[in-house]
Amino acid sequence: MRLDTVDKQLINHYQRNLPVCERPYQEMASNLGISEDEVISRLATLQSHQVLSRVGPVFEHSQAGASLLAAVAAPPEQMDMVAARINKAPGVNHNYAREHTYNLWFVMTAPDEDTLDERLDELEHHLKLPILRLPMVEGYHIDLGFDIDWDALP
Amino acid sequence: MSISTSKSEQAKLTEQDRELIMATQEGLPLVSDPWGELGRQLGMRAEDVLARFQQMQNSGVIRRVAAVPDHYKLGYRYNGMTVWDVSDSAISEMGQRVGDLPFVSHCYRRPRHLPYWSFNLFAMVHGTSREEVEDKARQIKDLLGDSCAGNTILYSSAILKKTGLRLRKQKDTP
Repeated sequence: MRLDTVDKQLINHYQRNLPVCERPYQEMASNLGISEDEVISRLATLQSHQVLSRVGPVFEHSQAGASLLAAVAAPPEQMDMVAARINKAPGVNHNYAREHTYNLWFVMTAPDEDTLDERLDELEHHLKLPILRLPMVEGYHIDLGFDIDWDALP
Repeated sequence: MSISTSKSEQAKLTEQDRELIMATQEGLPLVSDPWGELGRQLGMRAEDVLARFQQMQNSGVIRRVAAVPDHYKLGYRYNGMTVWDVSDSAISEMGQRVGDLPFVSHCYRRPRHLPYWSFNLFAMVHGTSREEVEDKARQIKDLLGDSCAGNTILYSSAILKKTGLRLRKQKDTP
């Protein structure tokens, strides 16, 4: 879909923080100088075209349990099978193929640290491949999006 | 899946909080009165829904509330996980400076696993081309200077699974 100036403003202004107040869309509307109905219909359209993956809360995993980034080096010819096994394991919520010896990168979550370790041990045993465990030690910029350079986009 | 409160820094979640998380994890209702709409679903008053929601924001359970763009859909087809081997004495300061760059979307320190993995700083950058990602990586490299002993870029070739935090009712868990 083609985005117009107002769509881009909506994303620029609200990709980091949306007002959490009695009438959030009304507040956004008055900031943008459009009607509340228009804010709602634009958000719905952007969401239905998947330009916005969601309009809502982003939860902090560490507050709701444990999680870590993990990687495995799957033999290239077994990559699909290994990826499918990882996706089926309990607690996996992201899995990206990347161009590297460590070619599968996933996030494993669990209610607590002990369960997380158990899930990783079990998956490691099942895959017969060592899992590189990369918990966050320190966060310097945690998933707040970035400034979108609209002119550079196709 | 249950929510653990065993770690002292974790916020205590009430059953209502859990229901509210489940009702909003795929997004807020796009209606004029979203809290009233959620209240009808959950059997709560609109003002109580809003208050619990704000409480979870204050305690850090909710990291942010946002219109979350899908960068791939927007045209950022190249997602490069840039990884750096930064000296332990410099990493806290350098990590913060890399995280402050306007084009870095995530920046974390993670452990090394020698000899297999020597990179301890991860910075995610997005671009419309490999050249753009490489140009941004070069800016990070210039910033790190002598504190960095090695680096590489891991481009994503496929997204095999992507979902946000998902809570399920306890009884659904085998």
